[in-house]
Amino acid sequence: MNNSVELARSRSRRAAQPAARRRVALSRRELSNHLSGYLFISPWLIGFFVFTLIPILASFYLAFTRYDTMSAPVWSGTENFEKMIEDTRYWSSVRATLYYVMAAIPLRLIFALAVAMLLNSDRRGVGIYRAMFYAPSIVGGSVAVAVMWRQVFGTEGLVNFFLALVGAPRVVWLGDPATAIWTLIILAAWQFGSPMLIFLAGLRQIPAQLYEAAAIDGAGRVAKFFSITLPMLSPVVFFNLVMQTINGFIAFTQALIVTDNGRPLDTTLLYVLYIYQRAFQNLQMGYGAAMAWVLLGVIAFVTWLLFKSSSRWVFYESKEGE
Amino acid sequence: MAAITGPTLRRLPKLRQDAGQRKAIVSSMAYHAPTLILSLLMIYPILWMFASSFKVPTDIWKDVSSLIPKQPTLDNYIKGWAGFGGVRFDTFYINSFIYAGGATLFQVVSSAIAAFGFARIRFFGRNFWFTCMLLTLMLPVQVLIIPQYIMFKQLGWINTYLPLLVPRLCGSAFFIFMIMQFIRGLPKELDEAARIDGCGTIGIFFRIILPLIQPAMITAAIFTFYWTWEDFMGPLLYLSNPKTYTLSLALRGFADPGTGTDWGAIFAMASLSLVPVFAIFVFFQRYLVQGISTTGLTGG
Repeated sequence: MNNSVELARSRSRRAAQPAARRRVALSRRELSNHLSGYLFISPWLIGFFVFTLIPILASFYLAFTRYDTMSAPVWSGTENFEKMIEDTRYWSSVRATLYYVMAAIPLRLIFALAVAMLLNSDRRGVGIYRAMFYAPSIVGGSVAVAVMWRQVFGTEGLVNFFLALVGAPRVVWLGDPATAIWTLIILAAWQFGSPMLIFLAGLRQIPAQLYEAAAIDGAGRVAKFFSITLPMLSPVVFFNLVMQTINGFIAFTQALIVTDNGRPLDTTLLYVLYIYQRAFQNLQMGYGAAMAWVLLGVIAFVTWLLFKSSSRWVFYESKEGE
Repeated sequence: MAAITGPTLRRLPKLRQDAGQRKAIVSSMAYHAPTLILSLLMIYPILWMFASSFKVPTDIWKDVSSLIPKQPTLDNYIKGWAGFGGVRFDTFYINSFIYAGGATLFQVVSSAIAAFGFARIRFFGRNFWFTCMLLTLMLPVQVLIIPQYIMFKQLGWINTYLPLLVPRLCGSAFFIFMIMQFIRGLPKELDEAARIDGCGTIGIFFRIILPLIQPAMITAAIFTFYWTWEDFMGPLLYLSNPKTYTLSLALRGFADPGTGTDWGAIFAMASLSLVPVFAIFVFFQRYLVQGISTTGLTGG
């Protein structure tokens, strides 16, 4: 009884029409709504089935097969996953990716926040600075910049030139297993433009009264940063951290071009690059699909961990505003 | 930041009348000098590549740090434009425009259509499909590339632009969601007024909504263009004939550690490939900044 009343209410709310006219007028109007609704979402809906749902099911199936694209896939059970455990290159790629994500993402976010605070000012020229700090980010993913980066860190390159100026010895950045990954990390840290803009928008939202009140209480710069800026900004920090971490896990172009296919000694063999090598160069599609599913699981797990931890450090204001 | 200079300023003797003015100048200098140096440092590598593309090849490494070519030359551009494998750079340029232009047009239009459907029409199963769409947002494409590749290969689409362009006809969950949020901000009374005037759903979309969502569509277009212009993985998987190469693939082939040694020409073509990106940046910066600040779009 109660249920049907609820249902009728929600329906009339949905139809946004007087209840009395509903039955007669709606059937036609509703039918036309159903049709035009599906008409409008049909581009996405077709794409969802053809380019997402079917591929994802196929990918899941392939993960349990051997498939070289020449002959039909052969069911192999969990063989691909077992092979991964024994594959030393696989573990190199895991190590390289975790190292990369754990170094590059915090660096990128720290730069982003520091520069956002520097640019959170009404001075003249701030717009130009903002554009200059953001510029590397719009080209950062391109092959052009990756090709350039190789030369910046080349033996004769810019970095070594400036090191020589201060009397430091030359470093074979790209050839040394200890330093090669840092060329990728620095490249990623250099592109802090997007999180910077998001931080900047967040900083503008913090009410000035909070700082004034803190100043009256005698709070210094550091105290203001830790007790006002950081807590007020924590939802934005959280958002940036999640997005950038996911982005970090799927980095690819840089490792293929800057460090030439994960060289030296696979120390820069990022995970997606290894998927590419296995699936498309060695034509081990099944192994590649299995690796991709592990990646999906790891990304989901890390995202879940971040969400889980967020209740401890992310500070939300009362929901009124949103 | 003004307050960084606070302690220094407090120590200044307030002897003269114009102390306040001087204080302002000092504070302004203390802000602008380091900020300017930092921001120049940020774009230095890009400027360096651009400057090197005008240097005589022997000067690129001899005079490595300078931003002003001693003997400016266009030779690198002439040599680079000749391309490689018998294909000139204008082919790569046109290919990139076909890919990025087509993908942008398809993706933005289809995303706007689907966004209108989700935001303004109440139909059976809407919430279910909307949830499906949000789920695909979180899916890394890496899970999909292998089966998609197999599918396109069986269709005989390898070495054509079809695998890169056809999926764009279906929109992107990300931009559908972004445009939806924008449509939700438009007053519903507009739709109702139009309906009273005899406008059908399709008419409402084309005459009322479409003109009003231009800002969101421009933002979506800029980002789609950037991502496809700089896309490397897609062309790498599907295009293997140099005649079909986009700029990304051509630059990679050009700068291959095995063959590439003419750095002047490589820098020249790399610089040239970034011209459209910077041109859009200069003209549409407002949309870019707004897009990122309000929706959290992340470049690259």
